Amino acid sequence: MRPQRGMTGERMGGALALAFILGFVALALVPLLRFGSAGGLDAQIVGVLKFTLLQASLSTLLSVVFGAVVALSVARRPQLVGRVWLLRFMAAPMGLPALAAAFGVLAVWGREGVFNSVLSFFGVATKFNVYGMTGILVAHTFFNIPLAARLFTAALDRFPPTYWKLAANLGLGRVSLFRLVEGPALMAALPGVAGLIFMLCATSFTLVLTLGGGPAATTLEVAIYQALKFDFEPGRAVFLVLVQVVLTGLVLLFLAAFPTPAEERAQQGAGIRRFDGGSLVSKVWDGAVILVFLIFCGAPFVAILVDGLRADFPHLLADPLFWRALSTSAALGLSAGLLALILSWLIAVARISTASRVFAGGLDAGGSLILLTPPIVLSTGWFLWLKGGGGFAPYVLVAVINALMALPFSLRVLQPAVLSHFERTRRLSQSLGLTGFQRLRIIDAPALSRPLLMAFFFALALSLGDLGAVALFGGEGFVTLPWLIYARLGSYRTTDAAALTLILAAVCMAFAVLGTPSDRRQGEAGR
Amino acid sequence: MRKTVLLAAVAALLSSTSAFSADKVLNVYTYESFTAEWGPGPKVKAAFEKTCGCTVNYVSVEDGVALLNRLKLEGKDTKADIVLGLDTGLVADAKATGLFAPSGVDASAVKVPGDFKDDVFLPYDYGHFAVVYDTEKLKTPPKSLDELVNGNPDEKIVIEDPRTSTPGLGLLLWMKSVYGDKAGDAWKKLSRRVLTVTPGWSEAYGLFTKGEAPMVLSYTTSPAYHEIEEKTTRYQAASFSEGHYIQVEVAGMTATSKDPALAKSFLSFMVSPAFQDIIPTTNWMLPAAKMDQPLPEAFNKLVQPAKTFLMSPDEVEKNRKAWVAEWVAAMGAK
Amino acid sequence: MMQAIEVSGVGLTLGDHRFGFDLVVPAGAFVAVTGPSGAGKSTLFNILAGFEAPDEGRVLIGGQDMASVPPGKRPVSLVFQDNNLFAHLDIFTNVALGVSPSLRLDTVGRAAVSSALSRVGLSGFEKRMPGTLSGGERQRAAFARALVRKRPIMLLDEPFAALDPELRHQMGDLLGALHRDEGFTVLMITHDRDEARRLADRFILVEAGHVAAQGAIADLPVPQGG
Repeated sequence: MRPQRGMTGERMGGALALAFILGFVALALVPLLRFGSAGGLDAQIVGVLKFTLLQASLSTLLSVVFGAVVALSVARRPQLVGRVWLLRFMAAPMGLPALAAAFGVLAVWGREGVFNSVLSFFGVATKFNVYGMTGILVAHTFFNIPLAARLFTAALDRFPPTYWKLAANLGLGRVSLFRLVEGPALMAALPGVAGLIFMLCATSFTLVLTLGGGPAATTLEVAIYQALKFDFEPGRAVFLVLVQVVLTGLVLLFLAAFPTPAEERAQQGAGIRRFDGGSLVSKVWDGAVILVFLIFCGAPFVAILVDGLRADFPHLLADPLFWRALSTSAALGLSAGLLALILSWLIAVARISTASRVFAGGLDAGGSLILLTPPIVLSTGWFLWLKGGGGFAPYVLVAVINALMALPFSLRVLQPAVLSHFERTRRLSQSLGLTGFQRLRIIDAPALSRPLLMAFFFALALSLGDLGAVALFGGEGFVTLPWLIYARLGSYRTTDAAALTLILAAVCMAFAVLGTPSDRRQGEAGR
Repeated sequence: MRKTVLLAAVAALLSSTSAFSADKVLNVYTYESFTAEWGPGPKVKAAFEKTCGCTVNYVSVEDGVALLNRLKLEGKDTKADIVLGLDTGLVADAKATGLFAPSGVDASAVKVPGDFKDDVFLPYDYGHFAVVYDTEKLKTPPKSLDELVNGNPDEKIVIEDPRTSTPGLGLLLWMKSVYGDKAGDAWKKLSRRVLTVTPGWSEAYGLFTKGEAPMVLSYTTSPAYHEIEEKTTRYQAASFSEGHYIQVEVAGMTATSKDPALAKSFLSFMVSPAFQDIIPTTNWMLPAAKMDQPLPEAFNKLVQPAKTFLMSPDEVEKNRKAWVAEWVAAMGAK
Repeated sequence: MMQAIEVSGVGLTLGDHRFGFDLVVPAGAFVAVTGPSGAGKSTLFNILAGFEAPDEGRVLIGGQDMASVPPGKRPVSLVFQDNNLFAHLDIFTNVALGVSPSLRLDTVGRAAVSSALSRVGLSGFEKRMPGTLSGGERQRAAFARALVRKRPIMLLDEPFAALDPELRHQMGDLLGALHRDEGFTVLMITHDRDEARRLADRFILVEAGHVAAQGAIADLPVPQGG
């Protein structure tokens, strides 16, 4: 990437964002060091580390491979009926709390799940046992295949429409097209997508424990939680967080070593036409891929729907606590989404404005590794600073934490789009003398409205389903939807919890719809 | 996933609500299910405020462990007058903070199995851990811990993780009480029947009611909830011949309380019938002292353990890490 | 003289737009395709290249009916205003795709690529990535690819629109030379009437989805008004 002159403001913005993130994390960690010792790496932790790496690597591999297969099929069908709904659906699993997702996955794959019913219907005597590594992989791929597919589809859709015409005109076959056109696009997106998914899986907690079948399935995140909660050794928790950061940082470095091919990128969405999907084989393949994807990732949602509809909705909706939870969740989600958007914008813009490798690396790391600092650690640290501070403090804190957790997602969405956009408009803006907010308003915001929206609603959905940060503050005055779900579950009220989960899923889907507007320009595609 | 059950060390951190209505304020730190709309909290508040001329102000965190952590984090600056919701396993640790003062309340009214006595902490309810089973799926439930350990591996049980939950730790101590040095071997055998180990009670009980396993580690009182609220006797607790491990929930007053007299009067109220009447059908635990009303019928049908296990807090504190390590090794080896 | 392209009675509806084309292009001609924006010039090219299937009518190229011929098998090469090169492939590979879409090149093929590159003045650019080239150089590389493909028809969709006037002139000269030497039939969409008159020998005027006029370049109507 060539550095761009006259963009000190952009670099300053990025530096500010980075300082904010690092400062927020560092300030949280410092007071924790006062309590307890760090301890070392004992055999048990080493075992946990090995398992963390193994399950996260396998989960990432499967998610990325199948996500790419789905993305290739979806990208090949720009005129597919309901395509925009398919894309919206891909953003939906992210908003589910882990426990809700685990129940959904088990309704399909569990001992009493649909899959086992089908098996016994066909006379298979042995039951399929999902618990163990299988269960972890199924749950992680349920979450992450859609995420990978969404980001990969966006990468493929960003190609200039002429590419597909040229490919057709040159007579590129299936294999050549993949090797020379699609493959490089996937490769370009791979380090970001795989890194994100790896981090999500490495820090997985509820899914790993619940579906893992026993303590052999334990991630470092569990050890951090144990250190902070049961053993009350915050110093050790900080140490384990650092181990997690270093370890995952190495994986990210490894991924970053993949060559990133240069890209020529167009505005996404509008006017893509593909000429390579005409054959019957290709149609059947793509149809089958999309169908299997929908069944795999949709079935748990159907289970949530069926489960949720059994509840007494009028009673539930008459509960003022529910409305307070809903509005708190929405307000938190909106603020977290907005903050995540601002931070990722500042980072993305600074990232392409800087010539310094160190600064660029810092921006990348700051935007990613934040995911490895468990919210429980951040909020505990901040609690010590804000001793007894009431009022809006917990709301602000949760919003900031949620925003930081969502940052890696919104950055993955925004960064490639910002990169191609600035490449394209650099000369124009310079010749017009447009800078700062003017440029943002006149040139950037309209052209980037789609990725901006998508980044915003990704962060919003993520924040909606997040219990990690919220649980710390849950209580009398602070009630969110995931908190309410857990509270009902924690006191035998499973039916209520199922209904609330359904509502949460519906809200996430509604936001996913807003985040992926349908393409009004498609009608002009052929001209 | 990020949205985990990272149910917090420090729940409800900053949710101290201010109160203006009365001149005297009693700050009660407790756990969330106590203050939930269906929990005992609202009724307890109303009943106590009728007599004390004060305002009860709850600050609720996730659970007993989080409660103690919050107190440790706040130290001498804590606003708490009363800390309600620790269990016997946490008592030694709580005392070591030096933040609590002897209650001075006459504990003669308190009667809990295992005869827990303490000059600082006062029990307000209790329950025994038990294996709850689904009568529609399991015709012959285990009659002892030994039958559970050695039973048919195809009949599964969901248990909680002792590293992250109180019931999980309860089962660990229960096994230790029964098997002593042979607990590791017993865990190894039991692991064949363990469908999965969840981070907390909610996940385990959710899996159980969704039919994933016919057994779950819960409380002897669980069937009472289903009978009273859901009018079903489908879920029952299995009575184990060796006896059951007990969980006693306690409360204490802080040494830093600005109104020790008020705090003390709350603790006295806590072991009086006015408080105890509320407990069974809101906290789904058994009363630790006399009630005015008769115990609801469903509670009389509950499993009455022949023997109660309760380890001394010091012993638990001393061995917990080693025992958890033993558990991890035995369960992980399957 | 044989007709390179014959389009007769072709009709096509896209959304609200209705197109109808009838035209002939003699072999070896250099045709300037002009007309207002949105009139259907690109749609005409899409039909010729096989990206749009007409609802009715016939398209003959080199005397052969194109109805069942997929884009990759049609005797046409395409050059667009920009994005003609795959940005992640080097110049050699981009041009080599014109020899073999699966990049299986023998020594003859490799020599053809090199000579085409030197023909357009890009000797020594083989290992360069498109992003490091100027706009004009990228278009030269696109012409080099068209050269090695040896398809008799070249469809150029405003190939010089992104270039400054000086460069435009040079590229026009290069194109003219290639046309003379290789004997392609060239169709070029352009808005620049001077350029059209300088390079082309025939014109096709497209207006409102139809061919409004065609013939020798000398007869290209002068636009009314502005």
